[in-house]
Amino acid sequence: MEVRVRIQRYNPEVDEKPHWEEYTVEVEPTDRVIDALHQIKWFQDGTLAVRRSCLHGICGSDAMLINGRNRLACKTLVRDLGKVITVAPLRGFRVIKDLVVDMEPFFRKYRSVMPYLVNDERPPARERLQSPEERARFDDTTKCILCAACTTACPSFWADSRYVGPAAIVQAHRFIFDSRDQAWRERLQILNENTGVWRCRNIFNCVEACPRDINVNKAIAEVRQALITGSRGIEEPE
Amino acid sequence: MYPTTPRESGTFGARPRPAGGFELWSWYFMRISGAVLLLLAVFHLLWMHLVIGLDNITFETIVRRWTGPLGAFWRVYDLALLVFALTHGMNGARWVINDYVHRRGWNLGLKSALGVLYALLMLMGAYVIFTFQAPPTIVAP
Repeated sequence: MEVRVRIQRYNPEVDEKPHWEEYTVEVEPTDRVIDALHQIKWFQDGTLAVRRSCLHGICGSDAMLINGRNRLACKTLVRDLGKVITVAPLRGFRVIKDLVVDMEPFFRKYRSVMPYLVNDERPPARERLQSPEERARFDDTTKCILCAACTTACPSFWADSRYVGPAAIVQAHRFIFDSRDQAWRERLQILNENTGVWRCRNIFNCVEACPRDINVNKAIAEVRQALITGSRGIEEPE
Repeated sequence: MYPTTPRESGTFGARPRPAGGFELWSWYFMRISGAVLLLLAVFHLLWMHLVIGLDNITFETIVRRWTGPLGAFWRVYDLALLVFALTHGMNGARWVINDYVHRRGWNLGLKSALGVLYALLMLMGAYVIFTFQAPPTIVAP
């Protein structure tokens, strides 16, 4: 089938402001948006800048605004979009070129919530054991691939880029509710700031945007609850 | 290398419990006051429109209400409405300023003005509620 792909192009070295360009490509209905973009870049216009890596929806490189919603170009089928496909870079980040945005501020916020296991105790001879129930407590937030679809769909983040954003809260949640982790109080302290979880206005754009179907708003609500009660609902040793 | 004794660094888990802080309480207050306001405002609306009736809302009606046998109840009720509605609304406006005004000077200036307005309206309202007396022309029921 023939589809028209409208792409928001911007080369800050040449262009004054972003503009739209339209391409016509021949694709199968079961092709993905990234296949259409490949066709354009490889056979029509090599100047198009687009970032992708694994092409299987797990590396988080090719999140972009497709037909008005943040999605992964490698996970969205052409047949679900119709004859006209509009593609624009993620909102709220500086555009480096065309569909490639500067993700560094996003990763800085990710690092700010200590997204790693902290445990000072001497590890047992084998694994640090955990019951299936304890593992299930944070299962949903382990699915995050750091594509930034949620954070760049969030009006609170658009309004104030100092807001830590849904993705960083999801990553903090993954460790706060891990029974093996000991730094959950520090993480809660970080998210208790003015730019932390209290900036969330429950708009639910993040839930709609997440290509991994994470219930982002629920994770944020659970972090807030932990802050209000001062407990993460896991029995602490000592 | 792993630390040789448990909890060697003493860094983690050493801080106080993470509850508390102004932003936390302001968020929590919004949930509570939102629920309280729903009851207060709905009752206020039903009472004024259905029980008293739209055409009967006059200065005299309010005077009689505040000075009548249930005067203390109505004054407390109106005070609660004032405190919750004003604080809830002003805190919402403070959030909006924090969200959208990023220049430090403007942010602080606007929030200071908001604080002054808040104090002024609160004092004026409370002053009236606490000190109001029926004018001699209107006889209390």
